[in-house]
Amino acid sequence: MNNKIKRYIPQILTILFVFLIFGFFTINAQVNMDNRGIDFGFGFLKQEASFDMQFTLLDYDGQDSYMWAYVVALLNTLLVSFLGIIFCTILGVIIGVARLSGNFLIRNSAAWYVEFFRNIPLLLQIFFWYYAALRALPLPEKAEPWFGVTYMTIKGYYIPSMIWENLNVFLSCLLASIISIIFIKIYAKKIQEKEGKQLPVLYISLGLITILPLLSFLFGGVTLDFELPVLKQLAKTSFIFEGGISLPPELIALVLALSLYTSTFVAECVRAGIQGISKGQKEAAASVGLNPNQILKLVIMPQALRIIIPPTTNQYLNLTKNSSLAAAIAYPDLVLVFAGTALMQTGKAIEIVGITMLTYLTISLSIAALMNWYNKRIEIKEK
Amino acid sequence: MFKHLKQLTSLVAMVAVVFAFTTEAMAKKSKTLKNTQKKGFVRCGVSQGLPGFSNADASGNWTGIDVDVCRAVAAAVLGDANKVKFTPLSAKERFTALTSGEIDILSRNTTWTLSRDADIGLTFVGVNFYDGQGFMVRKSSGITSTGQFKNGISACTNIGTTTELNMRDFFNSRGISYEPVAFEKADEVVAAYDAGRCDTYTTDKSGLAAQRTKMKNPDEHIVLPETISKEPLGPVVRQGDAVWEDIVRWSLNTMIEAEEYGITSSNADMMKTSDNPQIKRLVGAEGEMGAAFGLDNEWNLRIIKQVGNYGESYKRNIADTGILPDRGPNQLWTKGGILYVPPAR
Repeated sequence: MNNKIKRYIPQILTILFVFLIFGFFTINAQVNMDNRGIDFGFGFLKQEASFDMQFTLLDYDGQDSYMWAYVVALLNTLLVSFLGIIFCTILGVIIGVARLSGNFLIRNSAAWYVEFFRNIPLLLQIFFWYYAALRALPLPEKAEPWFGVTYMTIKGYYIPSMIWENLNVFLSCLLASIISIIFIKIYAKKIQEKEGKQLPVLYISLGLITILPLLSFLFGGVTLDFELPVLKQLAKTSFIFEGGISLPPELIALVLALSLYTSTFVAECVRAGIQGISKGQKEAAASVGLNPNQILKLVIMPQALRIIIPPTTNQYLNLTKNSSLAAAIAYPDLVLVFAGTALMQTGKAIEIVGITMLTYLTISLSIAALMNWYNKRIEIKEK
Repeated sequence: MFKHLKQLTSLVAMVAVVFAFTTEAMAKKSKTLKNTQKKGFVRCGVSQGLPGFSNADASGNWTGIDVDVCRAVAAAVLGDANKVKFTPLSAKERFTALTSGEIDILSRNTTWTLSRDADIGLTFVGVNFYDGQGFMVRKSSGITSTGQFKNGISACTNIGTTTELNMRDFFNSRGISYEPVAFEKADEVVAAYDAGRCDTYTTDKSGLAAQRTKMKNPDEHIVLPETISKEPLGPVVRQGDAVWEDIVRWSLNTMIEAEEYGITSSNADMMKTSDNPQIKRLVGAEGEMGAAFGLDNEWNLRIIKQVGNYGESYKRNIADTGILPDRGPNQLWTKGGILYVPPAR
């Protein structure tokens, strides 16, 4: 009994201490807010936001509520994180593998790339891309087309937009081809396990995914048109492109900086993962007659992934949180719009900062949960 | 075990109660004036650099008409107009800095609106500059009026300002689609507009005039004649300290009224022997004008001597620097403007 109490006392004290601190801050905030005539509440979320946003994925207008402004701004944050994660993964894997290349030039350029981009503060890199690189681009009227139909200007990157007819027919064809590829893969695995025969799955898949959607154009009544950006004169010396899609320079700078910076860390994770597999594995695989591609795909990578995934998850989380640096260059993300403009207009500092913190926490935990699930899937299954 | 727990909880409850009481007591005693006098300087929030209003030179000396309001308060409560600690704030940070107690006066070209005054724990004490929002464009664009704005125009501005809201009202009411590009710092806005990221730059007209002087080539830009909003700019204090609020209000009023009665920094001492009782009150030679604030009787004389009257401040900061030589509405009511303050008596 005595021992039990002794064991519990430190824990109880710790819990009480935490409660006390929390209570103190709550009471303190309440008293001070009362004194200054600020009331606490979330009613403002229903009020009209009455400010506009530069770039939105969903329809948003100043007449919408702060709640909707929050959702739209959150989507902008998610868009940057999503694009950043995709690009940093692709780049990171390439650079990571390149660092282990037998070629002196490739190996060393990759090493230099990593050392260069990971040792310059991210904010500085964002500033560089936005204020130096993208600001040096030409004005719309002076822009030369890239690939004939896109224009990179100081006001943004203008690309053609697609105008579909019977898009759903096309999408269902695409879906059908993906489903059949999955079935073929399962079938091919069975055949291989049973008879040791290997089907050319890759070629069949490529064929399926091009031919089926192509057929929808010929027989399904699907048409695709492009709306090209066209130069429009606003005044004697001011022009913009109209039509098509415009990607604001703020978004481009942010995605560029985030993915270049984070890709260096991903590259190091990939390199560590591959080097973590003992040489014997490779030699053993070679001795049973696998070719270098098969060795990488069937022997090295499945094991390396187990080492790569957990630290890479951290990098994804970092990228997502770092996306809040958007506020520095006028990209309308959650921090700039919600914790910035909305906070200013309503004065609800505690509520808005609270919501923003909770949102980032939720995003990060969701990404972590997803990656943990994936990690579980590829873990060694003890039989 | 339960016995111990009981003791613990009562202990915790006691500590919590003590904490609660101390915070309560601390909050009630908190008088901004007392703290300021104890610290020996006035904590003043200003802009991050707006010529004419609040701008620091290379050696860190702040000048401007917004700066002068804080200097006036310092002269009144501390006896020395230089005892001010300036905190440069972005438009986004300013109100939080004030409500959280980081600064005691916000004198940062801030527009007085209903929602700011009523909602967010602030009190506006007066107006030291009557302004309105306008647009700046490149001369070469050939635009001479906002009527020539077309769909797709991009407009650079600051976030967290009334400008952002007025801009929307303006473009919406005219059915023009536009691209708002909102930066946190004024310098970033100017740089973006100057580089050609935006077709127009919008903020208060005084701000446009001041920022134009900072551009690569000021002559290449013009401010369009239209004014799209009312922007009465003035100093702000925290809600809940009525005495401090009065001190700041009457420091500003003193400067304006001194101009009205022709009292300047150079003749203030001589005015003590004036025949006009109103003038005598303004230089502390008659009545007990400081007692209600807990100040001595020469607080207003010090303001006029050390900072000058409103006209002197305007001339020094805005007219002589070439920002807005014409006082426009910021002229005294006796001279065709709208500057009119209640009498100090």
